Amino acid sequence: MDYNLLIGGSAGQGIDTLVTLLEKVLQRSSYYLFSNKDYMSRVRGGHNFSQIRFGTKTVHGHKNALDVIVAFDEKTVTEHLPRLKKGGKVVLDHSLKEDVKIPEGQSIYLPLKEGAKDLGNPKVFSVVLLGALINALDLDLKIGKKVIENTFEDKILEVNHKALIKGFEMDLESWNLEKPENTDQRIKINSNQGIALGALAAGVTLYSAYPMTPSTSIMDFLAANQKKAKIVVEQAEDEIAAINLAIGASYAGIRAMTGTSGGGFSLMTEALGLAAITETPLVVANVQRPGPATGFPTRTEQSDLSFILTASHGEIPRMVTSIRTGEEAFYKTANAFNLSEKYQTLVILLNDQYLADANQTIKPYDFSKVSIERHIAEEKDLPEGDYQRYRFTEEGISPRIIPGKIPGKTLLADSDEHNENGNITESAEMRIKMMDKRMKKLKALEKEVEEPWFMGTDNPEILLVGWGSTYGTLRETVEILQEEGHSIGALSFGDVYPLPKKTLEEKTKGAKKVINVEQNYTGQLAKLIRQETGITFDHSILKYDGRQIALEELIESVKEVL
Amino acid sequence: MDQKNIFDCSEEKAWCPGCGNHGLLEGIKQTLQELGKEPHEVVVASGIGQAAKLPHYINANGFNGLHGRSIPPALGIKIANRELTVIIHSGDGDSYGEGGNHFLHNVRRNVDISHFVHDNQIYGLTKGQASPTTRQGHVTGIQTEGVHLQPFNPIATAISLGCGFVARTFMGDKEHMVETMKAAVNHRGYALVDIFQPCVVFNKINTFKWYKDHVYKLEEDYDPTDKIAAFQKSLEFDDGIPIGIIYKEEKPAFLDTIEFLKDEKPLVDRDLDPKNAEMFMDEFY
Repeated sequence: MDYNLLIGGSAGQGIDTLVTLLEKVLQRSSYYLFSNKDYMSRVRGGHNFSQIRFGTKTVHGHKNALDVIVAFDEKTVTEHLPRLKKGGKVVLDHSLKEDVKIPEGQSIYLPLKEGAKDLGNPKVFSVVLLGALINALDLDLKIGKKVIENTFEDKILEVNHKALIKGFEMDLESWNLEKPENTDQRIKINSNQGIALGALAAGVTLYSAYPMTPSTSIMDFLAANQKKAKIVVEQAEDEIAAINLAIGASYAGIRAMTGTSGGGFSLMTEALGLAAITETPLVVANVQRPGPATGFPTRTEQSDLSFILTASHGEIPRMVTSIRTGEEAFYKTANAFNLSEKYQTLVILLNDQYLADANQTIKPYDFSKVSIERHIAEEKDLPEGDYQRYRFTEEGISPRIIPGKIPGKTLLADSDEHNENGNITESAEMRIKMMDKRMKKLKALEKEVEEPWFMGTDNPEILLVGWGSTYGTLRETVEILQEEGHSIGALSFGDVYPLPKKTLEEKTKGAKKVINVEQNYTGQLAKLIRQETGITFDHSILKYDGRQIALEELIESVKEVL
Repeated sequence: MDQKNIFDCSEEKAWCPGCGNHGLLEGIKQTLQELGKEPHEVVVASGIGQAAKLPHYINANGFNGLHGRSIPPALGIKIANRELTVIIHSGDGDSYGEGGNHFLHNVRRNVDISHFVHDNQIYGLTKGQASPTTRQGHVTGIQTEGVHLQPFNPIATAISLGCGFVARTFMGDKEHMVETMKAAVNHRGYALVDIFQPCVVFNKINTFKWYKDHVYKLEEDYDPTDKIAAFQKSLEFDDGIPIGIIYKEEKPAFLDTIEFLKDEKPLVDRDLDPKNAEMFMDEFY
């Protein structure tokens, strides 16, 4: 069973309240869900919607065909009716009856406004609606009540409680949905929250950032928990300050991280080089949105990959990893801290608006799987005499100490090219040695990166290649096309740089058609692959309208090039 | 020469002979020694510029970062380990020009660091262009008709932003400079000290003699806690420039304002355990 419900209206009407509550009820009813948000860069008005896709098996992404439209306004109906399945339903308030045209038998008008008004609080509209939907979806009213109790307090709780009952008693006809069998406990989380939780597990002690959609929810979550976690979440005066602050904190021995989007990342680029040349461990999250400049602030794109691979002047080592699911957001972030300290290097996490705002039900994170590996040198590991921050060693990584911890030992970090002591040098010979030392980290990182996930027919004739947030849709596309008898597979890259090549080379060898699927104009992963391996693509499926490719769209696009 | 200072460092200095930076370096070393600090307890942070080379010439921890970005790393260092004495040495261009935004907001943040600005009213490293503190009419290779912009007044700006320690000194008066530096390091909160120093190559107007002739010490009975009087003092320039602690106000430093960290050990000394974070997953069930 796989059910797709859209809730839409203008900003400020209460759609988020309904979405949050309904998602929670579905989650606690053991449904698997994946929901995504489409919203405009405004606080009131406009047209926003969420799609909640839920079912009795894992749901990996969003799709277009709708079973139900819950419309807070006329625009939601006109905008999305073409996507409503035959036999699908539109649920809306009585008052909209005059304004909309919905095919016979598909509309369900309810006295929602009236109901809320009767209760003396028009704001409970969303909860009246929730009550009605709980009934129609055959969900347990008790779960609904519990969710309301967890959300509201005192008088507000009382009136919402009544609103829930009022909606429930509107007694909608049941939509006869299949019940989930697997009742394992799951969490519902988005990937930005997964990143934040992963950072907390890894012992992040400072998070500095400047608010920027769609990255802000990382900071929101950390800030909401800063007191309990006893960490510093600092809103910097700008992104330049945010990253330099994190670098200073990391130099002084705590785990620090910064996160941003688009333009904020552009401002940080000089400091990426600073982290690299001073060999300071640093984790940076870039939650992509369409650029250039201000672009589409609240929409999605995968267009920062090419930029991030070379961001900063000069040449620096870095690891770039993209997030494919809410589940791996957690583990990847925690691991990023370990790798950044092991190799004293920069690790960039690439996420995007689609996945950052997508709630997914997943297996709870296993905190016992997270380890904290600091790689900090102690006095006994150091040779006699003055400490050299950039000492040449056999393994290529210089022992790193924390300032203030070893009497008699001081360290100097420098943004200029420097010698082993960290002092400025203009020596050609030293320059070569230091460049070699830093860039050699890429070789070491090649051994750390994870191969892309492969899905589908073992040696497929058609091979789709994507990265990051398209994973779920690639996976479902392959499953459906396989069922239709196609020899098809997909590679979904998480770690993108250094590029893991083994699986890619294996799978592309036998494939007749290799197609890259990306949310950008220039096919940035394909470019990277061509650059690193010489492998070229036969077709590209590229989308750069700020909206994530839906299941049906991808299937259709693949069929066009078969 | 004084007896050996534990902050001495043998690295060859890349400053011009006669540069004011030399005296300033001696001043900070003396300050730290007299305050009883140990090299490993001190971090000297800087941006880029002639002044910003200072961390290379002192036996202490150093963080020589990017141009204009001396303050943010220093803030990060202090957050990580409040037991470190964190000092910034950077120039007028780095501190007030490229890094102006950080200057404004870190005064507001009141982090417990001392910011020593080597103010020679010119760009030295890039060879003689106007800095934010260059006076109007000063002719340079770029400002060929003289500087049009009004000079930046760091003292007035800092006072207006509520800075708890605002001082000015002159490297030509070592005793005054060292006493001012000591007071700044001892101040709990952000302490700005604008330090006049000549650039012997590129500023032929504000020379050692010019500074010597123009500065005067604040009167004995001057009250640095009077904000209005301090503001008035901060406006004096052409007819004599007051040096000394111009404004002082005790207020909680940044880390003291974070209630839940107040009685904690330095963040860097914390034991990390992933299990401690598990409770933050609860809200997602």
